[in-house]
Amino acid sequence: MSKIHVTTTINGDPTEFLCEADETLLDVLRDRLGLTGSKEGCGTGDCGACSVTVGGRLVCSCLMLGAEAEGQEIGTIEGMAEGESLHPLQKKFIEHAALQCGICTPGLLVAAKSLLEHNPDPTEEETRYWLAGNLCRCTGYDKIIRAVMDAGKDMREAS
Amino acid sequence: MVQVRIWGSLAAATEDQTEVEIEASTLRELLDGLAARYPAMRPQLERGVSVSIDGRIYTENWFTPIHKDSEVVLLARLKGG
Amino acid sequence: MALDSKSELREFKIVGTRPLRPDGIDKVTGKARFGADITAPGMLVGLVLRSPHAHARIVSIDTSRAEAVPGVHAVVTRADFAEPGEDVADILDNCMAGAKALYDGHAVAAIAASSGKIARDALKLIDVVYEVLPHVTDVDAAMKPGAPVLHEGRTDETVPEGLSPNVISRHEFGHGDIEAGLAQADRIVERTFQTEATHQGYIEPHACLAQMGPDGQADLWCCTQGHYMARNVCAEILGLEQGQLRVTASEIGGGFGGKTTVFLEPVALMLARKSGRPVKMVMTRSEVLRATGPTASSSIDVKIGMTKDGRITAGFAELRYQGGAYPGSPVDMGSMSAFAPYDLEHVKTIGWDVVTNRPKQAAYRAPGAPMAAFAVESAIDELARGFGLDPLEVRLKNAAREGTRASYGPTYPAIGLEATLRTAKDHPHWSAPLGENQGRGVACGFWFNFGGDTCVTLNITPDGTVTVSEGNPDIGGSRASMSMMAAEELGIPYEKVRTIVADTGSLGQNEVTDGSRVTFAVGLATIEAARAAIREMCKRAAMVWGIEPEAVEWVDGAAQPAGPNAGEHPPMTLAEIAAIASNTGGPIAGHHEANPEGAGVSFATHMVDTEVDPDTGAVKILRYTVFQDAGKAIHPAYVEGQFQGGAVQGIGWALNEEYIYGEDGVLQNAGFLDYRVPVASDLPMIDTVILEIPNPGHPYGVRGVGETSIVPPLAAVANAVSAASGVRMTSLPISPPKLLAALHER
Repeated sequence: MSKIHVTTTINGDPTEFLCEADETLLDVLRDRLGLTGSKEGCGTGDCGACSVTVGGRLVCSCLMLGAEAEGQEIGTIEGMAEGESLHPLQKKFIEHAALQCGICTPGLLVAAKSLLEHNPDPTEEETRYWLAGNLCRCTGYDKIIRAVMDAGKDMREAS
Repeated sequence: MVQVRIWGSLAAATEDQTEVEIEASTLRELLDGLAARYPAMRPQLERGVSVSIDGRIYTENWFTPIHKDSEVVLLARLKGG
Repeated sequence: MALDSKSELREFKIVGTRPLRPDGIDKVTGKARFGADITAPGMLVGLVLRSPHAHARIVSIDTSRAEAVPGVHAVVTRADFAEPGEDVADILDNCMAGAKALYDGHAVAAIAASSGKIARDALKLIDVVYEVLPHVTDVDAAMKPGAPVLHEGRTDETVPEGLSPNVISRHEFGHGDIEAGLAQADRIVERTFQTEATHQGYIEPHACLAQMGPDGQADLWCCTQGHYMARNVCAEILGLEQGQLRVTASEIGGGFGGKTTVFLEPVALMLARKSGRPVKMVMTRSEVLRATGPTASSSIDVKIGMTKDGRITAGFAELRYQGGAYPGSPVDMGSMSAFAPYDLEHVKTIGWDVVTNRPKQAAYRAPGAPMAAFAVESAIDELARGFGLDPLEVRLKNAAREGTRASYGPTYPAIGLEATLRTAKDHPHWSAPLGENQGRGVACGFWFNFGGDTCVTLNITPDGTVTVSEGNPDIGGSRASMSMMAAEELGIPYEKVRTIVADTGSLGQNEVTDGSRVTFAVGLATIEAARAAIREMCKRAAMVWGIEPEAVEWVDGAAQPAGPNAGEHPPMTLAEIAAIASNTGGPIAGHHEANPEGAGVSFATHMVDTEVDPDTGAVKILRYTVFQDAGKAIHPAYVEGQFQGGAVQGIGWALNEEYIYGEDGVLQNAGFLDYRVPVASDLPMIDTVILEIPNPGHPYGVRGVGETSIVPPLAAVANAVSAASGVRMTSLPISPPKLLAALHER
């Protein structure tokens, strides 16, 4: 079976790749493009560890085919910091000890960034419901929620 | 001689005594002494035990000292996650 | 190594602060490399074929059609492995089935191919002929004579005759006379409790990459709680020399006890041996749930007597744990810990280890203790409420303290249970008002903690910075804690120390990251390694000054003359001594190798408010507070994190999580959609109160903190549900349909 040629943009970089018709975007990112920051925790869209944005919309990259990336703007954890400068969410996650093992962290950060873009001043409840699709088994979410809300506050004050 | 408290299921090996006396000044001497005196205890000793000596729990260090008046208690071998 | 000062804790400069973790940036930018993120040139993809049957004799396996597929480079079955030694026999059989498949998901063959697609297709061409056997997955059913038998001849000498061969061992603990104690009671509660198996639920599936040459040298990268364990076990199974197998631990995406053994690693090495190529294996979530260690499920009878003023007169529990297809459920730990928080004259526990057609249980955070605490703490709560007594007061009245003879035998040294209870009673949470359908529960929990083999090497670099090499995978921020302890001892800033997890070629043997041992044992070795380096640096300064090494002391990161007799010399800092190391005898390092035992036990009290929806049976957690003794919190943020994480795993165990088997013995919910772990919207903030009752067995007073936090929540939540609804739930999880049925029955 011949592969599909895909032209897309990933974290602002024009990118081309070949993939099988049944290959997920997550597999393409990890296995073909070396972008292993997105993690596979379940492969069924239940854990959120593979969260990316596609045209600004938050999606589980394990539920999307690589071929569907054609012409899209993909955002992954690797594109979150600008050079040496961490995104406020990244800084707050470290400051608040919002990660223990860190496997869910990329997905949570991508999802939290998407939250703050949609809702710059979320309540705790809104934050918890937005992040309900991202499983974390280490922290009990407490420090994650605090970090996200604190980052939101800093970002509001900075703008 | 040190007094050694053993747990219930081991009492089958000691004619139902839950406290036995063993001549031992180290953990190794204690375990060897128990095996020699109570052969029926050997399978469990081989599977492994932990030993509380004066309230602190040891499993491996053979030469942990045991004093005459130490409180010595055999425990199931500890495991953790 | 004893506590530095018995009278008062030393003044710390760094310990007890909250610096940023050294691996933080890698983990927030996606750079950190976890098990599945490692690749090698020419790498093949390894996949496992798993039994669709709960119990079946493997009549034959024909791999010839799969081997003929272009792109398939190796197929492995049990026939490829030599007869294993006794201590790894069950581990190997669990990694690759021998005569029988013992549970749904049991590995029966594996393939390495040039792509995942080829491997997946070729798996279907392996022809396995099974003779399906009757199966049993329930612990009580498995104990009965006539139950389907997994193994013959595994029962040990502790088990009386007349039971099924599935009963492996019997454990009895306690002291006093239960009947005499019960006779003194004003009321006796006797109940049977059940808990379902739950999975550790780490978000990172098991993954590894193996390569092996014909010379017997091999390399393995894997996500594990113990790469030295992985080395030793794999070397024995594969017939390699330990020194020739180098194992590097990747970053680990959660473990909680579930990564304290091997599943894929020996298979990957065998595929690498046969194919001559590097082989990478990564489990799917379904494989993780079907074939890696959940915890034991349990069935527990409890009988507790109490006087009307709240004194427990006797406590008895009989615990039956099924640990899956092989011996070794943690029922002995459950039996020892069940009544550990209480000062009881008459106490007895009996534990039964039972095998069933389920995956081999693996350790899960305080293995065996949470289910025992669920049963005992529920019964105590019922008695206290029955007498109209304050459940915290009842626990205080019966609390074990220094000098109490523990239910498992020894006399306690200084312990923190009473402090957690008093702090809980004084906390505003305890007196906060509750609304309709809301209730508050409390429960206590205990865990042993332990030490084990540990190596640390601390190197002073020429520019005066410090590297620490330790051999325990960092699952919750331990590199930060080690750097803090090294910096504290050396008297230099935290930022000047970088701690790494070294591969198995770099250090001696290290026990697995388990038993809440790392901050205690590795911390202790780090402190000792730093002290060794300090001794050497004092010696170097003495050489320069022309005085005796004993006349030099180490203060605030510098050597200085110990007194006026030692002469007038300005202090030499660590960096100054490091800069001239080549001129004073060569590089400077400190190292420490030991098996520190004598870790301090720890206790916790949890308090939780729940609201029960009478129409649906759904339980909402409204408020949660953890009170736990940490001995000494090195990095308080990560101690809080352990408290919070353990509490939430316990909440999941109490309310949602369970292994559901069909009549066919096949796991029905092998995915995160149906095996539901708590999500952010299920929970409130988890408040924490850290108590510090120093452990006399550690220089800074550290006790382990990782495990105790999962012990109380099962009972605390159940007690809160009972308070909210008037219904006593004796079977976990308290899922909405189950609670709704109980509410209707009321």
